[in-house]
Amino acid sequence: MSAPTSFDEFLSGLWKQNPIFVMVLGMCPTLAVTVSAVNAIYMGLATTFVLGASCLLVSLLRNSIPKQVRIASYIVIIATFVTVVDYAIQAISLDVYEALGAYIKLIVANCVLLGRAEAHAAKNPPLPATTNAIGMGLGFTLGLFMIGCVREILGAGKLFGVALFGDHFQPWVVMVLPPGGFFVLAFWLIVFAAFRHISNKRNVQVQGAQS
Amino acid sequence: MSDTPEINTPTFAMVRTLGLVAVICGVLIVGIYEVTLPAVNANKKLALERQVFKVLPTAKSVVPYFATANGIVSAEGQDLVPAGAVIFYAVYDAANKLAGIASEASSSGYADQVRILYAYDVDKQVITGIGVISMRETPGIGDKILTDQAFLKNFEALDVHLSDDLKSLANEVKTVKHGTKTSPWQIDAIAGATVTSKAVGRGINQSAQSLLPRLLPNLDKLTVKAQ
Repeated sequence: MSAPTSFDEFLSGLWKQNPIFVMVLGMCPTLAVTVSAVNAIYMGLATTFVLGASCLLVSLLRNSIPKQVRIASYIVIIATFVTVVDYAIQAISLDVYEALGAYIKLIVANCVLLGRAEAHAAKNPPLPATTNAIGMGLGFTLGLFMIGCVREILGAGKLFGVALFGDHFQPWVVMVLPPGGFFVLAFWLIVFAAFRHISNKRNVQVQGAQS
Repeated sequence: MSDTPEINTPTFAMVRTLGLVAVICGVLIVGIYEVTLPAVNANKKLALERQVFKVLPTAKSVVPYFATANGIVSAEGQDLVPAGAVIFYAVYDAANKLAGIASEASSSGYADQVRILYAYDVDKQVITGIGVISMRETPGIGDKILTDQAFLKNFEALDVHLSDDLKSLANEVKTVKHGTKTSPWQIDAIAGATVTSKAVGRGINQSAQSLLPRLLPNLDKLTVKAQ
């Protein structure tokens, strides 16, 4: 496997292989906790921590885990760090804990995590594995944040709890309800797809002009 | 990968690896639990006090108690609720005099459990305020129970006095259709949010029915804050 530099490794999760907008993984928290920008950031950072820490441990143990029991080992490791984050958030703020509810515990079922452990951390040394995992985690955070911002602005007329519009603004309640999550996700997926389409076209034209 | 595992990995290797992973994870979990426990407990206490101070503005301190069939015991520092006991909070003012009782009521609403905290005035035997602990009701509809002034007026003096034998409430607390409230023990529902309004009424009725008959005979133990 060709080893890209650490920075590329980091960026790939943030942009080129963004877990939400490109790989479309981890949709459960994406739709459920993005009713506000703050929730989205907390959820994203919690996931980033679990991702980074579990990929580091998986990578350290990668040569001593037999193939037959690897999935069991990865899940136990991921579940451990989810428990760690669960206690840490309770200690930091109960309001955040209430707002995120069961979705903290459900990080363990987020396929981004098992996917990274299996596809990347198990085959790479600790440094690139952790860099890639943290890049992915921040990419996930960015995705959640972009959805959370739109839903909070339209659904509550606020951003980070600060009212943006006058009293005449009537909040679009649908945006903070589950369907709103699907609408906003679809909107961003269209934007990203359009971006990719345009840049692919341009690359083809540039290559055509050079040849 | 440098050492590709053989197809037939010895059982011992698998057991050893799983054992190792389990030990590392176990140590991590126990460690973080021990480290965060004081902060988590302090947070929970703080969150509860904030709720209580909202429904009883004169409050300065809060002492948890259990109401059991045989009387009341302090619940300070106890995590486990004894079987059949109801937890409530004796609330004291700046002079350590009893300012009121706060207790939790919960019932299923439209989306999930609606958990509220209510304040009880021991002299007048009425409920004097409610606050929401947690709910997942529809934003803009069910959450009106927090903001609708006409609805909150129900809880300025909701009658929950006991019958003469002190075994149950003299009148069941009941949520009635919007605009049909006639008695002080009825709750006038919010038009359009009837399910949530009914959940509040049902929760208060259940909680008051089980708590107040145990609480009232023992009130003298609570009038001054136990040091």
